[in-house]
Amino acid sequence: MGAASMIVLIISAIVFAAGGIITSKILVMGIKNPVKSQPYECGVETIGNTWVQFNVGYYLFALIFLIFDVEIVFLYPWAVVVKSIGWTALLEIMIFLFILFLGFLYAHKKGALKWV
Amino acid sequence: MWSLSSITDIVQTWLGSTFNPTIALLLQFVMAGLLVITLFAVLGLVLVFMERKVSAYMQVRIGPNRVGPRGYLQTAADTLKLLMKEGLVPAGADKFLFNLAPYVVMISAMLLMAPIAFAKDFQMWDLNIGVLYVSSVSSIAVIGILMAGWSSNNKYSLLGAMRSGAQIVSYELSAGLSIISIVILVGSLKISDIIASQQDGWWIFKGHIPAIIAFVIFLIAVTAETNRAPFDLAEAESELTAGFHTEYSGMRFALFFLAEYANIFIVCAIGATLFLGGWMPFHIGNLQAFNHIMDYIPSSIWFFGKTFFLIFVIMWFRWTFPRLRIDQLLNLEWKYLLPISMFNVLLVTIMAIMKWHF
Repeated sequence: MGAASMIVLIISAIVFAAGGIITSKILVMGIKNPVKSQPYECGVETIGNTWVQFNVGYYLFALIFLIFDVEIVFLYPWAVVVKSIGWTALLEIMIFLFILFLGFLYAHKKGALKWV
Repeated sequence: MWSLSSITDIVQTWLGSTFNPTIALLLQFVMAGLLVITLFAVLGLVLVFMERKVSAYMQVRIGPNRVGPRGYLQTAADTLKLLMKEGLVPAGADKFLFNLAPYVVMISAMLLMAPIAFAKDFQMWDLNIGVLYVSSVSSIAVIGILMAGWSSNNKYSLLGAMRSGAQIVSYELSAGLSIISIVILVGSLKISDIIASQQDGWWIFKGHIPAIIAFVIFLIAVTAETNRAPFDLAEAESELTAGFHTEYSGMRFALFFLAEYANIFIVCAIGATLFLGGWMPFHIGNLQAFNHIMDYIPSSIWFFGKTFFLIFVIMWFRWTFPRLRIDQLLNLEWKYLLPISMFNVLLVTIMAIMKWHF
């Protein structure tokens, strides 16, 4: 079907999700109650703001992920042609991976991969 | 022979002969959309039922057996129940993002259906970067999950979403690297080329030990990516009630649930395509007689058989391993799986250049 299938799939996903939500809205007889819309915290009333600071570890991992994800994007075109190019391609990617690995070791040494 | 591709051919020729080209094309699109929606609904029903039955038998109990014959209608009844439930929006929530999140998750799950080959010549879009498409589209789901967790105005949801985001992006790396090791062996990103290259044996057998290592790493990584136990920190029931979808109820919750199961199906289908040959029957080299006997089993049965086997393995994990802590989880990825899979890629490359594989 070609690239049009993407549009078809997006539309069918929206139709499917919206169909379910609208059908349930028609069927449900909701009774309004202020307690119902309180955030769920196992019965205890929530204290303070929800959008608080969170652990910096998540951010560090996301940064390191970004580096390695870009590396993998570079690996995809290399992987397609490596069989036809041969040893030169392997040598080049080994230099590339080695430099990245040094960075990885540095991050490891600095304790960025340690969960605090 | 009677197969899915011949059915689509018959429908296509019938449409072409009855209507004018534009309407025929539009009808084709509508039919494809309806087919995918039906597939999604059926997958949801079947996988939830399978999950419950497998769990039950692993714990030596019977599981759902009241609704319908042997409990087969249990999930249909559950869906009906969810349809009748009120969809609450918590006070102080970011209403726009809260309502958008299920759609984002659903769209990313639905888009992944495009490049999957369900049977011989039965594929929506055989694009030349099929594998790259899969790994890029599957990461859209993270945005939906973070959106849901952030907008809920609930601390459990926020924590669950953060954990889930860290976990999914981390394990994407080793999943990507193990996909790359098969791409190196095939030399193409196209799904049909990958399947065609397994005509004389599946990659897990042809690729010796590196392919097996890649398969194991892929299985671990996708288990983590779909937030399944033992990596289900994102919705660890005993700590965070339900993680990022704590505040979702009614149909919106059902959509998250459905997308989760659809994602399990999709990653298992991709795993089956890359390592176990997709719809390709079990072939051994040039043993013509054996290969012909295997060809008698329809290709769709091969595909769904392999996929459901992998799904069963992932369900099996849930009842075998205890849940990890977040530091253990990230250690496993960054200190073990990532270096191993990087080294494995180099091994596979040497193997591919030396033509050591069969």
